[in-house]
Amino acid sequence: MAEVREVILNYVKNEYLEEDDDREVGYDTPLISGGIVDSFSMVSLKRFLETRYKIQIPDAKATPEAFDTVNNIVALLKDFNVQ
Amino acid sequence: MAFPDAIRELYRAELGNIRESGIFKEERIICAPQNSEIEVEFPAGAERKRVINMCANNYLGLSSHPEVVEAARKGLDFRGYGMSSVRFICGTQDIHKELEQKLTRFLGTEDTILFPSCMDANAGVFEALLTEQDVMIADRLVHASIVDGMRLCKAQTDTYKHSDMGHLEEKLQLHSGARIKMIITDGAFSMDGDLAKLDQIVELAERYGALVFVDDSHASGFIGKTGRGTHEHCHVMGRIDIITTTLGKALGGASGGCVSGRRELVELCRQKARPYLFSNTIPPVVVSGANAVIDLISKTTERRDKLERNTTFWRKGLTDAGLIIKEGETPIVPVMLFNAKLSQDFARELYAEGIYAVGFFFPVVPKGQARIRTQLSAAHEMHHLEKALAAFIKVGRKFDILHKTKQEIIDRFGM
Repeated sequence: MAEVREVILNYVKNEYLEEDDDREVGYDTPLISGGIVDSFSMVSLKRFLETRYKIQIPDAKATPEAFDTVNNIVALLKDFNVQ
Repeated sequence: MAFPDAIRELYRAELGNIRESGIFKEERIICAPQNSEIEVEFPAGAERKRVINMCANNYLGLSSHPEVVEAARKGLDFRGYGMSSVRFICGTQDIHKELEQKLTRFLGTEDTILFPSCMDANAGVFEALLTEQDVMIADRLVHASIVDGMRLCKAQTDTYKHSDMGHLEEKLQLHSGARIKMIITDGAFSMDGDLAKLDQIVELAERYGALVFVDDSHASGFIGKTGRGTHEHCHVMGRIDIITTTLGKALGGASGGCVSGRRELVELCRQKARPYLFSNTIPPVVVSGANAVIDLISKTTERRDKLERNTTFWRKGLTDAGLIIKEGETPIVPVMLFNAKLSQDFARELYAEGIYAVGFFFPVVPKGQARIRTQLSAAHEMHHLEKALAAFIKVGRKFDILHKTKQEIIDRFGM
């Protein structure tokens, strides 16, 4: 899962941080509660995961908690057998 | 029992949490008409104080203008107090149609439909026009009411980085298979005071066959050479598909909003938009006042020109004084303080100096981006601005932040 973790972290950095945003983002950085990803923009993250890993994440599972850190997202993806 | 103690405690605890987290909203009680100088009771029960208002959306100073007030009075006299119903049943008067036509001419569009507010316009427009086969691609800093409207719509959603045209183009390519792609942006962004790059957005939209939606609430009446809005400023009049805007800021300041744009899109809003179908019509008093506002600003650009001069003076004054402001050209001028507590303390000190301005901090703006948002008005005279500037300099000196860099302020006060 190390590669998956890295892919998601890079996506978050590229997609959500502005060029002049020098915040450190790691695997356990709170993304939603920390104000990096708002719950609306989270939709694009869900879409990215679904497209990249060819899965369908039900809305009930796409909670702000499940998407709050890269590690939480990786844990969620395990439920969908993403390796 | 209708409201058991346990439930009351639940809500009290929530209110307590809001207070503890420092984001409890306190209203300042204004005991005068909206103007450049107002009489304020703050906190509630305190002695009233006359202060200079540096944070109203009353950009053109028309919310208490005698001609507007008189027109509103006539509306009350000749068309009554309220419509008692929704538009399509028994709530459309001749003055409503007159205002829609005037707004269409002013904005340079094909047709216009009124809503009780721009928030209602934004709540109704997307669901009326888009389906599951379509996609909405929004700037990440769009107003909360647009986000709410998009949530009510079944179309797919995506966002692009604020004013990042490269990122927007990537998103347009990603969604090339959608039936309709709609690019969604504010014309002027209310927190930073910057303008959307509408010329580039329209070019991208035309290249990728997308529609363009602009909320021009913080621009209608004063941005652009004749105050038509950001589409005039960016030389793309006639090329924006949907404009929503408010009558509640520069255009009179009472309430009301509209969707203006392509004829078919406006007509579809008339058929399907839920706030239009299920909410009472704007009262005649407001419509009559708004009609007078459009007449006033169509006759002369005097007020928007004065606002521009005030804005130039204010932006230069703050910059020369060594305060950090967000660059731009709109009368929304945020003074950056970065630290939430500092923004609150600064606003309190300003109030003591006779200046009414409010500190903004997370979650209204991102963490570490706390600020005092000042807003200019055509109602401000030079002596108001000189006094306000002197107060900002005095308070800035007190906190020792003049001519300091962002990093120096953060090092001292924290994020």
